Amino acid sequence: MTASTNPISPVAIPLDDQNLEEQRWLERLVGPEWARLIKGVLTNPLSISGLVIILGFILVATFAPVLAPPPDANWDTTLIPRDGFGPEPKPPGAAWRKSAPGTIPFWYTPLTGHEEWVHLWGTTSGQYDIYYGVIWGSRTALTIGGIVVLSSALIGIIIGATAGFYGGWVDEILMRVVEIFIAFPFLVGALILASILVPIMGRSIWPASIALIVFGWTGYARLLRGDILATKERDYVQAARAAGATDLHLIVRHILPNAIFPTLVVLSLDMGAIVLSFAALSFLGIGVQEGYTDWGQIVSFARSFILSLDQYWYIIVYPGMALLLYGLGWNLVGDALRDILDPKMRGKR
Amino acid sequence: MTAYIIRRLLILPLIMVGVSMLIFAMMQILGPVERSALYIRDFPKTQGQIDAVIRRYGLDDPFFKQYWSWLVGREDPETGNTIGGILRGDLGFSRTGREPVIDLLKRRLPITIELALVSMVPIITIGVWLGMQAALHHNKPIDQFARIFAILGYSFPTFVFGLLVLLIFYAKLGWFPPGRLSTQFALEVGRGGFTNYTNMLTIDSIMNRRFDIFLDALRHMVLPVITLSYLSWALLLKVTRSSMLEALRQDYVTTARAKGLSERVVTNRHVRKNALIPVATIAGTTVASLLNGVVITETIFNIPGLGSAAAAAALSLDVMTMLAYALFTAVLFVSVNLLVDIMYAVLDPRVRLG
Repeated sequence: MTASTNPISPVAIPLDDQNLEEQRWLERLVGPEWARLIKGVLTNPLSISGLVIILGFILVATFAPVLAPPPDANWDTTLIPRDGFGPEPKPPGAAWRKSAPGTIPFWYTPLTGHEEWVHLWGTTSGQYDIYYGVIWGSRTALTIGGIVVLSSALIGIIIGATAGFYGGWVDEILMRVVEIFIAFPFLVGALILASILVPIMGRSIWPASIALIVFGWTGYARLLRGDILATKERDYVQAARAAGATDLHLIVRHILPNAIFPTLVVLSLDMGAIVLSFAALSFLGIGVQEGYTDWGQIVSFARSFILSLDQYWYIIVYPGMALLLYGLGWNLVGDALRDILDPKMRGKR
Repeated sequence: MTAYIIRRLLILPLIMVGVSMLIFAMMQILGPVERSALYIRDFPKTQGQIDAVIRRYGLDDPFFKQYWSWLVGREDPETGNTIGGILRGDLGFSRTGREPVIDLLKRRLPITIELALVSMVPIITIGVWLGMQAALHHNKPIDQFARIFAILGYSFPTFVFGLLVLLIFYAKLGWFPPGRLSTQFALEVGRGGFTNYTNMLTIDSIMNRRFDIFLDALRHMVLPVITLSYLSWALLLKVTRSSMLEALRQDYVTTARAKGLSERVVTNRHVRKNALIPVATIAGTTVASLLNGVVITETIFNIPGLGSAAAAAALSLDVMTMLAYALFTAVLFVSVNLLVDIMYAVLDPRVRLG
């Protein structure tokens, strides 16, 4: 099926000279595949909005100390400052009495009209400040996403590459192991492992992160195995092999770079999905301790007020929107990448 | 194809052994003393009690010996009776449910199945229908709407979505309450006059000829069903859309059009049939997302099904209940995937011959 036999959408529009020039410049720098990828992501409105959202979160995470200053210089910034211990959540705008941020940044008074710190987005029960939690939660989200996704991808790539490259019984055994791990619905497996790890490791980001890695690598392994099976018989690989290249050299220099593109799609989709799963575990009460700067952990306070959510809407809405936007950003980019890399979609919109 | 099916069936027991070993290995992360605490029901746990339990259940045996005992049971050194053994149907005692795990499964499973089955209705009708409309009107407003709808669907964490619909439709508007039944009916169902045939309220109420209870049960299911199915709609919509788009590009569709067939006939006979084959294959993914989803959904809406039992068990380290849920989901998920693969091979000659 080629573009010319396609009755629905016409063949790609020829590029004008300037575009062509631009593309050549990019191509020389990063190669044709990457050039197409970068160009595709930067010209698709959906992926541009995704990139803007992600960039926004990176900026918020970077400037968190200016946006939500901690109470004092020695404060552990992953803990939300609490204004007393009262069980009743306070609505947005309530005065901040104890452990308020130590400084008042330049933007605060002009934007909010307050001279002193107030709870901009209210507090949860236990008086954890929601605004602080959501702002610093972007650091947690990006950290978790980075750690879990990179570790799962690395494990998956190594196992998938080994299985695909060596084939035979190595492949058979490794793929059966993969099948055992994917027999569990992802969240169920992670939930069980994380809850067992909590009493051993204590409450932190690690039990849930490790559980997500243990059940998260299989997707990469299957994907890469398939890619490698498709690439390893290509002429250039055979040529390198004949020239005496070692297995490792073959995999790392000749096979991986050409098999890596579909992995990128999953990587970006996972950056969002993993953080949502982590938040779901926190919401159920598995993983981080109470008061940790984690969006799911903040939302979990709403569980005590199921029948009066209209009164305490701010406990769900602010961290919930942060989660939705974060997931949306990565999904938009991941979806666009998939469309660009799908050979069936080439030259089409 | 027969060879393929036989091969898959032969691998199945192997996978199940692996799965049960993985589940058991996860439990072994806890040391013997920690696990012994799971058997002693009354406080305080003295050192003597702990040692007795470790000895009685062989908690410090080598891994494979313990695994074997877990599978087929173990002779009690005091009484000589066989204790435990998941193959004998003894899944242990649920601390959070305060009953044997097997009873908990029997009582709670129908509730979860009912929720999942009702959720399948919007998942399939809305997901497939919207996906087909989107593909047939490619790049038109309905397509753009469907795409945004889908991408929002899998960006929305289930728990946030569930709490938001609860906030709007219960707390603000008062339309659909959480739980399973209104209080007056719940009391009635607990009493003698109402027979629980299946533990599924919708079916039981009809069998008891109580249509008021039936309607009340349905009203309580609206929000959990929306919450549970939203993610899967989105997924099904996406797959249906791209599968339809691909089918529309095939040569046989051009041929059908060239023959002068009406667009309606082309869509119904040539496109839809072929497009829906790949859609059937995500049944496995749908089941998985339902199994993930019920944990969160049942917890939020206070539904006493298996999912909320698993969440409660995980929170208080009720290992026996957790293992049972893991085992249950794994068996179900593997079987569904096997069925789907076989069905795929039967339905699609390209797979069968390829």
